[in-house]
Amino acid sequence: MQPSSRHFPENARRALADDRLRAMLDKSASGFRLRRRMAADRLPEFEALRDRGRDIKDHTLAHLDLYLERFEAQVRAAGGTVHWCADAAGARDAILAICRAAGAKTVTKGKSMIAEEIAINDHLEAHGLVPVETDLGEYIVQLRKEPPSHIIAPAFHVSKEQVAESFRAAHTALDPARPLDEPSALLAEARAMLRRRFHEADVGITGANLLIAETGQTVIVTNEGNGDLTQTLPPVHIVLASIEKVVPTPEDAATVLRLLARSATGQEFSAYTTFSAGPRRAADPDGPRAFHVVLLDNGRSALMDTEFREVLRCIRCGACMNHCPVYGAVGGHAYGWVYPGPLGAVLDPALIGLAEAKHLPNASTFCGRCEEVCPMRIPLPAMMRHWRRREAEQGLQPAVTRRGLALWAWFARRPALYHAAARLAARLLRRLARRSGTLAMLPGAGGWTRHRDLPAPEGRTFRELWAERRTGDGP
Amino acid sequence: MSGSRERILGGLRRRLGQPGGDDARRDAVERRLADHPRNPVPARALVPEPERVALFVAMATEAAATVERLPDTAAVADAVADLLASRNLPAAVRTAPDPLLAAVPWHTRPALTVSRGPAGDDDPVSVTGAFAGIAETGTLMLVSGPEHPTTLNFLPDTHIVVLPRRRIVATYEDAWDLLRRRSDAGGSWIPRTVNLVTGPSRTGDIEQTIQLGAHGPRSLHILLVEDADTASAAG
Repeated sequence: MQPSSRHFPENARRALADDRLRAMLDKSASGFRLRRRMAADRLPEFEALRDRGRDIKDHTLAHLDLYLERFEAQVRAAGGTVHWCADAAGARDAILAICRAAGAKTVTKGKSMIAEEIAINDHLEAHGLVPVETDLGEYIVQLRKEPPSHIIAPAFHVSKEQVAESFRAAHTALDPARPLDEPSALLAEARAMLRRRFHEADVGITGANLLIAETGQTVIVTNEGNGDLTQTLPPVHIVLASIEKVVPTPEDAATVLRLLARSATGQEFSAYTTFSAGPRRAADPDGPRAFHVVLLDNGRSALMDTEFREVLRCIRCGACMNHCPVYGAVGGHAYGWVYPGPLGAVLDPALIGLAEAKHLPNASTFCGRCEEVCPMRIPLPAMMRHWRRREAEQGLQPAVTRRGLALWAWFARRPALYHAAARLAARLLRRLARRSGTLAMLPGAGGWTRHRDLPAPEGRTFRELWAERRTGDGP
Repeated sequence: MSGSRERILGGLRRRLGQPGGDDARRDAVERRLADHPRNPVPARALVPEPERVALFVAMATEAAATVERLPDTAAVADAVADLLASRNLPAAVRTAPDPLLAAVPWHTRPALTVSRGPAGDDDPVSVTGAFAGIAETGTLMLVSGPEHPTTLNFLPDTHIVVLPRRRIVATYEDAWDLLRRRSDAGGSWIPRTVNLVTGPSRTGDIEQTIQLGAHGPRSLHILLVEDADTASAAG
């Protein structure tokens, strides 16, 4: 996916002006938040599991090279192949080569954020293959020629009327007068259309929620069953996964899975959790003949010795975005790349560069809700602060911000002068505000006063009030 | 490709490795994999057998599965035939060649067509055995193999699963333990596919409204059999 994160301010303004989008965001996010709360409250061990999940991932990350080696050995023992890919181009090449060797024309896909990260659909299309998204949400956004706007609910931003429009435009062989008002009619139509595609496909590509070192298993979690049809029916199954997905054992996977569905959709457990090891065996009546795991790094291993290492604990549940006031206001597309919300604000600068993604760590109120709900206890706000510091160090802030901060710093290092200037400013603003106590406009603060009034100071500075209070209350 | 492998693993080793050598890290990994220790599990599942079964039934039902309790495997033929009739479904089932189902007296319901093997799109109803039931979330563990085609779990609209009561365990970890104790012909306990199934297929992708029957079965019916030959259920 081509990033457009540098346009976050314009993207956000456009999203804020879109009433239909904002109504959809409100509706979708509030449902997720409520269901997560109920699921977490129902499990007394939920907080203990979060601690344990964090510890499992920390342990695995500290030994990631060794666990990956074991995972690879186990996949090979089961008859599968592991393809190591340092970057997106490497992963695209590996997948295309597998598809070509299989003589593939149609490729079905389960939902995978890594697939978005490497933009595999465009690559396959450019080489004459037809990729078909099978997750209903992904299918909808594919028809709309959009990227997903949420990592677990790709069509988070789309209303059912818009889905009906897309289906009428795409499924032209069907009766144009058919009723598509009800979600059930939309689902039935998608199911029938995609059923054919599952059988036609030559290759099935799925992501992986987890990889298990001990067993060489790849794990997918779905509610629809699309991932299972994608990986069971075609002759070739490709698993596309990033290196940090590995955990040591099925027991560790169980702990992570207990957290995943509850944090994501508020379910006790998703409908389908599937563990796959290698291709079909000699006596098996069905299943893929070939099994490939494409392992992607794409900048992750470089985070190991930085202050961003802990973001690699992320299990992609989406809880941080469901609870983020900024995401809730602007939606996923405004972020301009694969991972939106607080996770994106930390991960996107690491993967596509701070110059492109510098706005994202700034798109936060620091309310801290993302960290409160993160099942892996990732300190997302602290990491956004680290990115802001790097942004300043690299001189990536606009000149006016840099000069403003430099000016403030100059005063701040001269307390007497600072105090005098603050006193003067407080009295001046008080005078300007007159009786209303607020300022409707102020030169140099248009960014604030364009949308709301600026409350004027009381006329005295904090230090003056504090000093008065101390002498008043003191012994 | 091997260049990338070395680049990735080498980069990780450089950043993670210890100055004195990696023996300690290697030992930690070997120990973890050999011991595969359990993490905390939900206390709600750690209850005596009758409550465990009741928890399984309650959680499966909450996930929109239907559960019917039967005295023995012999009752499965009638239960299946009656279910199809009550739902106006064609009297035909595709079944797994599972030893657990070998004792089902299908001949007592001659109107029912029974075929065996993997599923196709023309099979509206499948009947399979389950490897285990997991009480904590009402989840079935289904394991692939010659006697358990995976397509039976996903292609038919209605999936009927025969689960012996004695194979209901408390937690996911208990189900993995059962599996670890099993050894297939190749000597590995790891099946090609393990499906954990909790209720029928569903989606929330249209305005986050839950609808059943997205791509997999619209209906999951569990026949909980009191007295079945549990040895053969291991598959």
